Amino acid sequence: MTAPQPAAQPTASYGTGHTPVVELRGIRKAFGDLLANDDIDLRLRRGEVHALLGENGAGKSTLMRGLYGLVRPDAGQVLVDGRPVSITSPKDAIAAGIGMVTQHFALVAPMTVTENVMLSSVGLGPLDLAAARRQVKDAAARIGVAIDPDARVEALSIGEQQRVEILKALVHDCRVLLLDEPTAVLVPQDVDALFTTLRRLTEQGLAVLFTSHKLHEVSAICDRVTVLRRGRVVTTRDVDGAQARELAELMVGRPVTGVARDAVLGFETDEAPAARRDVDVPAKTVLRVRGLTVAGTASQGRRALFDVKLHVDAGEVLGVAGVSGNGQRELVDVLTGMREPVAGSVEVDGVDLTGAGPQRLMDAGVGRIPEDRHASVVPDLSVEDNLVMEHLDEFRRGPFVDRRKVRAHANRLIEEYAIKAGPTDTVGSLSGGNMQKVLLARVLDREPRLVIVAQPTRGLDVGATEYVQRQLLRQRERGAGVLLVSEDLDELLALSDRLVVLSEGRVAGELPVQEATPERLGLLMAGGTIEEVTA
Amino acid sequence: MIRFALRGRQPRWLLPVLAVLPIVLTYLLTAGPIRAAGANPAAAYERYVLQPLSSVDSVFEVLLTSTPLLFTGLAVAVAFRCGYWNIGADGQLLAGAVEATFFGLNVRGLPAGVAIPLVILAGAVAGVVWALVPALLRTRLGIDEVVTTLLLNPVALLLVQCLLNGPWRNPENQFPESAPIDPAYTFPRLLADHRLHLGFAIALVLAIVVGVIISRTPLGLRMRAVGRSPEAARFAGIRVERTMLGAALGSGAIAGIGGVSQVAGLQGQLTGGISDGFGYTGVVVATLATLSVTGVVFVSVLLADIIVGAESAVRVLQLPPQMGDVVTATLMLCVVAVLVLRRYKLVVRFPAALHRSRSRPGLGEDAA
Repeated sequence: MTAPQPAAQPTASYGTGHTPVVELRGIRKAFGDLLANDDIDLRLRRGEVHALLGENGAGKSTLMRGLYGLVRPDAGQVLVDGRPVSITSPKDAIAAGIGMVTQHFALVAPMTVTENVMLSSVGLGPLDLAAARRQVKDAAARIGVAIDPDARVEALSIGEQQRVEILKALVHDCRVLLLDEPTAVLVPQDVDALFTTLRRLTEQGLAVLFTSHKLHEVSAICDRVTVLRRGRVVTTRDVDGAQARELAELMVGRPVTGVARDAVLGFETDEAPAARRDVDVPAKTVLRVRGLTVAGTASQGRRALFDVKLHVDAGEVLGVAGVSGNGQRELVDVLTGMREPVAGSVEVDGVDLTGAGPQRLMDAGVGRIPEDRHASVVPDLSVEDNLVMEHLDEFRRGPFVDRRKVRAHANRLIEEYAIKAGPTDTVGSLSGGNMQKVLLARVLDREPRLVIVAQPTRGLDVGATEYVQRQLLRQRERGAGVLLVSEDLDELLALSDRLVVLSEGRVAGELPVQEATPERLGLLMAGGTIEEVTA
Repeated sequence: MIRFALRGRQPRWLLPVLAVLPIVLTYLLTAGPIRAAGANPAAAYERYVLQPLSSVDSVFEVLLTSTPLLFTGLAVAVAFRCGYWNIGADGQLLAGAVEATFFGLNVRGLPAGVAIPLVILAGAVAGVVWALVPALLRTRLGIDEVVTTLLLNPVALLLVQCLLNGPWRNPENQFPESAPIDPAYTFPRLLADHRLHLGFAIALVLAIVVGVIISRTPLGLRMRAVGRSPEAARFAGIRVERTMLGAALGSGAIAGIGGVSQVAGLQGQLTGGISDGFGYTGVVVATLATLSVTGVVFVSVLLADIIVGAESAVRVLQLPPQMGDVVTATLMLCVVAVLVLRRYKLVVRFPAALHRSRSRPGLGEDAA
């Protein structure tokens, strides 16, 4: 029985002549009813950077984790240098010369760089730390980065930690490096540094496979790209000949349109951001935050937020940028009533709401859509119950819940927000996009004066992302103020009128969107000051 | 090779299968032990399940036996629904029983129309008091209630024994039992010629009230939200601690009334064996009922059926009295095991088929 050849015809022309360093044949992996990888064929050549491009949920990570032995594919074959190998654990993968940097780093924070690198190869005998340090230094020299082998990992920046992960792979003489969403956690400057590193590695003959859903990264660094959609290979082709828009359409499976979409998907767009502020609402301030200070956890130091000052006007989207963990979560927690600040004030429409809980904030017209959807809706309860959860008292008749009213309310919102679910389905059974729509419907239906929203499109597919972003822009047109926290710079630049950058719990700077470039934001996110940036 | 795979959606046939399969499994699993004990499994099951339901009189006996289980099962279900793991229904029931006895011994001369509501209220308050400290520790300080409620059970039992061996020792015969309570407090019988008493009716009314509260009122919806996802409930503006405290105390009150029902309805006095582990059986009842109120009623009666049947199986078939417990325990294990099928499906693959369907060897297959 031979493998049915998928649509990846272009590979045939490369495959002949020399053996690919890694070849995947017919990889299949199902999680329950979900087919994450469906008969995937892939060839990785020496010295190339190969991108796995696809939307969230297209099966990129699963494929990579299967290759590294973190998940076990249900069927299929892996060939390394033309010989079939069996990879059932990362140990097998390392032995076969495959290294991987996972999305969430596997580093032990209080240990040094050398200790972390050696951790995966310690045996029972005595440790030769001096030799280990040399190895780490050699490997660092190989990729041309300076790194102190004795630095404790917790003291390193995210970009540096990622380098440590790469070193871990290199120390094991890997010939194939797998990177799962390597740029998701990096500021733009670190992305550039990473790409430089990758180029050096490929010059030395390594093959690099990395996953991304950002097209501009693919065109910046990759030689070839394989597009996945719903677990299947759509195509594999050279990056040079591929148009960004064309790839996007392959990724999504339909023509891509829309205002926000272009920028979000990473097309070069010249849609003048200035033109976006077209609503002439007199700038009335709906949210004013002054001197906001929030106590931090042990790992963050004493303050998670320090002396934060910002405001949101009616009819404006204020974007809050920053590398994750720089106080965004705490800011959202305070503004959604889930955490009390130790100092400072929060005013909504001129009314002091410092330390107010969810109920008072809702009564004041604050709509809250935080990043953790599972902690905002009750997954085990039905769509209709979740939709009324914040205002149960408006849906009662005598002492009872007015079921008819609840149902009618649910049906109306399901229709209005195009939620693909019935009113009695449990929210936990919905896709991320539909779950987010339930939350959006619950909040936006009340026409809040101020919307606090964090990572609204994380984990959503392109269609749902587009929908959610449009809804947020509609709030702005309606005259509400929107505070948007996101780690997706493209999203921030596409939706915001004004941006503030949080760095280590402080406002590092504020820019109107016309002056905000990824580079400037990156500098601020990395700890630069506004003077340095605009100088 | 058998594997568990996550279910995408529950198929329609699943629910009836989930109800029937544990019963079949229990029969298959216990047939061996029953055979070994010298009885015919089919005959034993006839005794356990059918015999008690075969006459009007024994049906009432089953309902009488189910009464304390109804109270504790309801109490546990209410608390569990709200995410409060009250394992202390036994202690709360004993507290109610002690309170009922206190009134029955010391507050004499009231007319029954006053005495009975009073003693019910007093028992509920006693259950609440016994539940209060763990509930406050949990909602104020986050101290795990499983441990605190559980550990208060033996404390309540020791209190009962202390009273029975001390101030309340029966003055007539010096047995460690209380004197009979004032007849004004005694629950009336529901029927002239059977022991089934008012307690059963109270339990049923409570079941209906609790069922309506949980499924039809905003309070019930809040309780369920708190139980399923406290963070999301808090986010939606629900006062999680207050709701949970309310459920915990309500649970204690129901168990406390159960204690009153045992003293004033059945025994007419306080004895050391007033609770036959009813609080713990309540956890079993609530779990088997998957915390649904109708389920609690059904399971209480089913377990009572087996308990009554086990007594007759001892007499008629000479089966050891523990065999009833074996059957109940096996049933519980089977139900819990089968409940896994709600979220997972079994994927069975035979090695031969494996080779045929996948000719290509490779990744991760050698173990298969």
